[in-house]
Amino acid sequence: MAAIGLSNVSKSYPGGTMAVDGVSLLVADGEFIVLVGPSGCGKSTLLRMVAGLETVTGGEIRIGDRLVNKVEPADRDIAMVFQNYALYPHMSVRQNMAYGLKNRGTDKTEIARRVTEASGILQISEYLDRKPRQLSGGQRQRVAMGRAIVRDPKAFLFDEPLSNLDAKLRVEMRGEIRLLQRRLGTTAIYVTHDQLEAMTLADRLVVLNKGKIEQIGTPIEVYGKPQSVFVASFIGSPAMNLINASVAGNELRLGEMTLPLGERVIPQGPVTLGFRAEDAKPAISGANLRLKAAYVEELGSGKLLHSFVDGQRVVVWLAPDTQAQEIFTFSIDPSKMHFFDHSSGKRLT
Amino acid sequence: MVENRPILDFLTHAVLIIGIAFIAFPLYLAFVASTHEQTAFTSGVIPVLPGNQLIENYTIMLGTGISTSGAPPLSLMLRNSLIMALSIAFGKIIISILSAYAIVYFRFPFRMAAFWIIFITLMLPVEVRIIPTFKVVADLGMLNSYAGLSIPLIASATATFLFRQFFLTVPEELMEAARVDGAGPLRFFRDILLPLSRTNIAALFVILFIYGWNQYVWPLLITTKVEYYTVVMGIKRMAAVSDAEPQWHLVMAAVVLAALPPVLVVVFMQRLFIKGLTETEK
Repeated sequence: MAAIGLSNVSKSYPGGTMAVDGVSLLVADGEFIVLVGPSGCGKSTLLRMVAGLETVTGGEIRIGDRLVNKVEPADRDIAMVFQNYALYPHMSVRQNMAYGLKNRGTDKTEIARRVTEASGILQISEYLDRKPRQLSGGQRQRVAMGRAIVRDPKAFLFDEPLSNLDAKLRVEMRGEIRLLQRRLGTTAIYVTHDQLEAMTLADRLVVLNKGKIEQIGTPIEVYGKPQSVFVASFIGSPAMNLINASVAGNELRLGEMTLPLGERVIPQGPVTLGFRAEDAKPAISGANLRLKAAYVEELGSGKLLHSFVDGQRVVVWLAPDTQAQEIFTFSIDPSKMHFFDHSSGKRLT
Repeated sequence: MVENRPILDFLTHAVLIIGIAFIAFPLYLAFVASTHEQTAFTSGVIPVLPGNQLIENYTIMLGTGISTSGAPPLSLMLRNSLIMALSIAFGKIIISILSAYAIVYFRFPFRMAAFWIIFITLMLPVEVRIIPTFKVVADLGMLNSYAGLSIPLIASATATFLFRQFFLTVPEELMEAARVDGAGPLRFFRDILLPLSRTNIAALFVILFIYGWNQYVWPLLITTKVEYYTVVMGIKRMAAVSDAEPQWHLVMAAVVLAALPPVLVVVFMQRLFIKGLTETEK
């Protein structure tokens, strides 16, 4: 187990494309870090640089106290779980798990002991002599994890390990990965494009966009206080509503509507208002957000009202027993409003 | 295709049977001819039913050969052919799998140039480059040797290309997983790539063995000593005798014996052969 330090890490390709641009991050010993972002944001490249599968073109990567920029993947003492599992198809589960240890010259009885132990933890003891093609997706996933944990590495690196599983299994394996990492206390870096996976797994999550870090924080911090429009729109489902508005005095102008800002002090002029679907409360008196229903989505546990303000989409959560009507009225607690700079997209307060 | 129409059944069977007859009848004739005495051919008509000289004819061919035509006993020529065909098949597989490995998995200057040069040699089979090749082999003192018989035929663009195409279908993550697991290039090749290529190797072996076995012009050119004659060229010598009737019964026995090893290779490797050409184990 070890901490992982990235300082100003960059990856540029010949031709000038920057896949990762000056990322600095300190992963504490035993911490579960999730790198999340849309495809092409550089999260996989970053992980692969930590693994040693991509060369580092700038900055430093340290695992423990050791600078590993030029160290071969095998000598970094990390284990990686791949998206398509990358199990060796001609080897049995047992051989798959033992291969890394065998290559390191581990004693045979020690290998057997560790494989037995790891397969016990992952409940794959009965499949040890099967070939990967005889296993289901979930079982393969477990074997891939088994291959990682038998080595007792300093860190686990997960590269979208659940994206090939069906939805139900994904939720199940998500929980297991979390439990396993807690139990072993091994530092883990996990890459995903699924914000829900990121929220549920992470001790801290790192939101990446175009090769740069947008925000680092605990799931609650990132959800509750997004530092930019990008983070606000990426984290949370449904995505945060983002509407162009303007501040005049202590009121917010939103098309033809005005919302009171109460105690909030916001620079005058145009801003981007953000609020979560669940933060707009239905109200009769003091209601100042009037939304004309475009359509309503039924979720079972509630409904989602889709509407448009000045041509911008607004989604608001409704209680399951809400009656259908043409115009809905809401009020938003000013403390639940998020304000972003109109041009840079950065959080204002 | 799935419909069950008697007339279609009849037609498809008829086509198949005619096709098989075209291929099988000459073989059958050769076999029948090899079971008769020489006198059976003097009338100019080849008999259609087997005779009673089967064991005698084959014993002569395997034991002493037809001394008059300057051909050694067939057992010696069969052995030479076998050595040549196996050397060519294994040599080709080893060389081409290694060069394909280099081209697919390593980044080095002129990698694509190397690939294209190998690929271009597809256009230069032995027959095209036979004179310069002969000169080189003669200068190296490899005439009348097993090395001379097999080495010039070992380079294979086809096999290199096939292995390259197969390696390209192996997921890159497998190589990365092996790297994380501490397998260097050679260990990855031995532990992962070779076992995965098993069926491809088997399929290629069948094709290349037959290619090597059927070589005619090259052995004819570079062997002058009887102990290096191969069976395919030996048959030619037996059939072309001057001032005498060819001993067709014995020639046919040689033909049947020469045709046997490739057939056996195909029969015994059939399962792997088909697997190697049609599916990949991934």
